[in-house]
Amino acid sequence: MKHLISMAALAAALACGSAQAQQLNVKIGVMSDMSSLYADIGGPGSVAAAKLAVADFTKDHPNVKVELVSADHQNKPDVGSGIVNKWFDSENVDMVIDVPNSGVALATSQVASQKNKLFIVSGAAASDLTGPKCNANTIHWTYDTWMLANGTGKAMVKTGGDTWFFLTADYAFGHALERDTSEVVEKNGGKVLGKVRHPLNTNDFSSFLLQAQTSKAKVIGLANAGGDTINSIKAASEFGIVSGGQKLAGLLVFSSDVAALGLQTAQGLSLTETWYWDANDVNRAWTKRWQGERPGKFPTMIHAGVYAGILHYLKARVALGGNPDGKTVAAKMKEIPTDDQLFGKGTIRADGRKIHDAYLFEVKKPSESKYPGDFYHLKATIPAAEAFRPLKEGNCPLVGS
Amino acid sequence: MAVASDTIAAPEHSAEGRSETIAFLIMTAVLIVAPFFIYPLFLMQALCFALFACAFNLLIGYVGLLSFGHALYFGWASYLAAHAAKVWGFPPELAILTGAATGAVLGLVAGSLAIRRQGIYFAMITLALAQMMFFFALQAKFTGGEDGIQGVPRGKLFGLIDLASNNTMYALVVVIFLACFLLILRIINSPFGEVLKAIRENEPRAISLGYKTDRYKLVAFVLSATLAGVAGGTKAIVFQIASLTDVHWTMSGEVVLMTLVGGLGTVFGPVAGAFVIIAMQNYLNALESWVTVIQGVIFVVCVLLFRRGIVGEIAHLLRIKL
Repeated sequence: MKHLISMAALAAALACGSAQAQQLNVKIGVMSDMSSLYADIGGPGSVAAAKLAVADFTKDHPNVKVELVSADHQNKPDVGSGIVNKWFDSENVDMVIDVPNSGVALATSQVASQKNKLFIVSGAAASDLTGPKCNANTIHWTYDTWMLANGTGKAMVKTGGDTWFFLTADYAFGHALERDTSEVVEKNGGKVLGKVRHPLNTNDFSSFLLQAQTSKAKVIGLANAGGDTINSIKAASEFGIVSGGQKLAGLLVFSSDVAALGLQTAQGLSLTETWYWDANDVNRAWTKRWQGERPGKFPTMIHAGVYAGILHYLKARVALGGNPDGKTVAAKMKEIPTDDQLFGKGTIRADGRKIHDAYLFEVKKPSESKYPGDFYHLKATIPAAEAFRPLKEGNCPLVGS
Repeated sequence: MAVASDTIAAPEHSAEGRSETIAFLIMTAVLIVAPFFIYPLFLMQALCFALFACAFNLLIGYVGLLSFGHALYFGWASYLAAHAAKVWGFPPELAILTGAATGAVLGLVAGSLAIRRQGIYFAMITLALAQMMFFFALQAKFTGGEDGIQGVPRGKLFGLIDLASNNTMYALVVVIFLACFLLILRIINSPFGEVLKAIRENEPRAISLGYKTDRYKLVAFVLSATLAGVAGGTKAIVFQIASLTDVHWTMSGEVVLMTLVGGLGTVFGPVAGAFVIIAMQNYLNALESWVTVIQGVIFVVCVLLFRRGIVGEIAHLLRIKL
């Protein structure tokens, strides 16, 4: 009898084993800005993060074979949608990840929905991706404009910055960030005095900053990102805007921007992020591995989001098995709770919004920074439940009333 | 245009005309077979650009006018076609016609200003007008700025044929392309076309023969802009997006490049040039910013080594007209 039971157990184990050993082929496309103003916040660093995720996952699941491809969308929505169309139609790509630049991300999201594939946003910020323009094939991982406004914007108003002037990148992302921040400012009793919009990838900010200066607003909100933020902060320091008494609110500042600006220029900036490389030992260890491919650089939250997003996606694929369509995988990803070493435990909401904590940081003075990459003081932790826009307020058609 | 409807002069039907007919039949056959082997979206992109380059070639190859602002008609046509399909709910055929009309109107305005000057001044005026309209596209509300007009519906052709599938869309694009190509062929082989060539070769002489060359040039300009408009409108429907790339001055440069590589003043040259350039952009895009460098090298090689362009050299070797 004993013999029989052990035989049965062995058979069961073998059955399980063979089910697990089922070969699973996955193809992931990392589309990013590889050469222009967002190349440092996403770009090749995102590809490096994706490689780490694939290596970590396939170590535990040797039956999963993941192929990675990458492309440069050049910040042009038509180039981006062309690449994604080709990937989905003729190269069997199952999922596209990253895509900084909200204009390109919105185009990608529509293609993913049309072809019923999957799109995980890490690089783009526009909260519309999980708002009016959400769809069942898109998951927004790392951060969004609402969360940035709710972090940096709110903190600035509460510390006395009650009149605002916006310097806004003139496309989907800038508009969304300006809109979301204006709402927060006005809700907390502040006032928006004016705004000026600049083209994407601008080198000369002088005329825009002069308008901001003459507005006499206490806070100049920078609703831009990457190279544009770096250039506008540099120009502002040349114009003596901060020493003249106006405060700069970098509404979206990445650690790579701080590195590029140098602490001398960036010191005192408040900013909101969902992940910081120096926050704990796990992040530091991961950063060390990431730096194997990107020596001398520091990963941003976008890179962390690419890593975590791919891991969770692969988990869902293994749980489902076979070759399911994008909607099914997205539904599975929403069903199983997220858990990874970089973002900890979290969930993905019905509208595709990934929920986790956000952190309000302040950039250190040069004298306080002890080693390269020692950028931030942690000012506050915004708990996951408050960090993102409430589900009902997004007007996402996926959310039933 | 009354002149253009006259019958084609007899010599056009000689051996020269026959090589064009044969080449046209080969091209048609290749276009019918191609989608079974090549990704249709790529083919459609190449065809839209081929039509754009043919339209451009009508002006530079047959009238000798170098317009450096052809992106204006192409890009704005794609914006208006996209807007018509998305916001006004036009069916695809009307949206593309809206694009053609946009090209025609813009061509009439820009053309009547530009043809008063020649050579570099002509090129600079067309470029300046195109740049003006580029900044308008950047700032206007309905164009969506950097985002462009996204999510343009392909819709149903004549309310019947669903264009959502790439194959049906491809069939429509081929029909549009071939129809426009035949129109261009007809134009350049007509007496009107002969006058255009006369203007290209020696304008004072054409004037002395009693031709009002300005009128001929303007008609050719408007025709070229209209056909560029058809190409732009079709592209917007195919790719379901209209964006700044199409009105940017680099697009005006690209169409010059396509025409030069293929063969200036040959009917089939621009088509070959468009396929070469678009194929490079598509299949070499893993090389990222190197693509533009390679394009530049090809341009230089083309100008230095085979100035007649791909098709021009073939035609020269075989002693036929293509």
